[in-house]
Amino acid sequence: MSEQFVILFPTSAHVMRAEKLLKDAGLSCRLIPVPRQLSSDCGICLIVLQEEAETACALLKDRRVDFDTVAAIPAQ
Amino acid sequence: MIYLDNAATSWPKAPGVAEAITRFLTDVGANPGRSGHRLSIEAARMVSTVRELTAGLFGAPDPLRVVFTLNVTHAINVALHGLLRPGDHVVTSSVEHNSMIRPLNTLGQAGISFTAVPCASDGSLDPADIEAAITPATVMIALTHASNVLGTLLPSADIGAIARKRGLLFLLDAASTAGCVPIDMPADKIDLLAFTGHKALLGPTGTGGLVIGERVDPARIMPVFQGGTGSRSATETQPPFLPDLLECGTLNTTGLAGLGAALAWITAAGINRIQTTCRAHTRLLLERLHAVPGVGVYGPRNPRLQTATVSFNIKGMSPSQAGQLLDERFGILCRVGLHCAPRAHVTAGSFPQGTIRFSPGIFTTHDDITTAVDAVACLSREACCE
Repeated sequence: MSEQFVILFPTSAHVMRAEKLLKDAGLSCRLIPVPRQLSSDCGICLIVLQEEAETACALLKDRRVDFDTVAAIPAQ
Repeated sequence: MIYLDNAATSWPKAPGVAEAITRFLTDVGANPGRSGHRLSIEAARMVSTVRELTAGLFGAPDPLRVVFTLNVTHAINVALHGLLRPGDHVVTSSVEHNSMIRPLNTLGQAGISFTAVPCASDGSLDPADIEAAITPATVMIALTHASNVLGTLLPSADIGAIARKRGLLFLLDAASTAGCVPIDMPADKIDLLAFTGHKALLGPTGTGGLVIGERVDPARIMPVFQGGTGSRSATETQPPFLPDLLECGTLNTTGLAGLGAALAWITAAGINRIQTTCRAHTRLLLERLHAVPGVGVYGPRNPRLQTATVSFNIKGMSPSQAGQLLDERFGILCRVGLHCAPRAHVTAGSFPQGTIRFSPGIFTTHDDITTAVDAVACLSREACCE
């Protein structure tokens, strides 16, 4: 089973900004409620494909969108 | 009825604003950033779209540096109280609204001083005078983009360049210009842009914001308000990141839904086209008023040097009397008096009685303007003969 990457953000404003940047860059991402084994106050996070995780993180760093943790979870 | 009070608040609002507000209240309603359910996500997506549209309109590269406030006064206070420290000095102008002067005077009690550089009687400001007022203690140039009384546009790009050259922050109060005059934060070297949503941006009251440029380190800003943000809930101190540092308590989502529709309409219409229309209104209004005996017009009297805000007086009649007669007899709605900007009236020579202010908006017609000036002519004739 391949893994997917969950990216957590400090606020929903960051989640929404990140989602737009990743989609504008042609990367696959999906907004999901934060999985119960993880923790984030804003309640939502982004899930990206494993093979695109590095590109996604680099893009977010470049555009100065803070993210807290990247966690790998089994694909659902 | 002819509404010529768009400088107080625009009316009517942009097409789609009322519908967007109703749709949000009826179909969404949830609190963004507090929960993970679908309606909270939809509310957060709406707020995010408004952030993106706002940043796009002002050329700001990072929408996360758009902080929503209740209005421009709130935004100016967030900037001034947040960034100034005892011993600091601020350079401003003599045509400021009380939204700038009152907080600066309050900060005076905390050891923060300011110099209000005199403008000419038409409100025009020489950038060299701004530069000459800079002292070793100056940390910020803070001024309005246009006088809310005279309409006069201040040379923001030149002053932004001076601020950058001298290593100062530049705070621009765009209350009178956001939505009807092009604003490009990086090009005009604006570090802090305070705007309101309910004037030329054609959105509802209770919306506005502060756009924070890249040169301003959020760590330097002391938040005026602290409280719940939906983020970092385990900590009992204010989160250090934008926008949450300066956005606490539930946002005015209902208003922002309306502002989003207004921004989308303005973006589609194009600021340059809106400015052209407003200049045509200003030209007609100035030409017609100029031809009325007994009427004295203040300000630059040039559509290229001002917004569509025109102040004037009728000889032999107080502004308040004129305002009442214009409303009761002619159905013309405008604002008279001091317009919360006593210094601007001192500058123009219209203090303490104030002026009659006509402020057409994007939806005003030329017939509205000619009808309104005919009414002014009628009042002027009567005042002259009595």
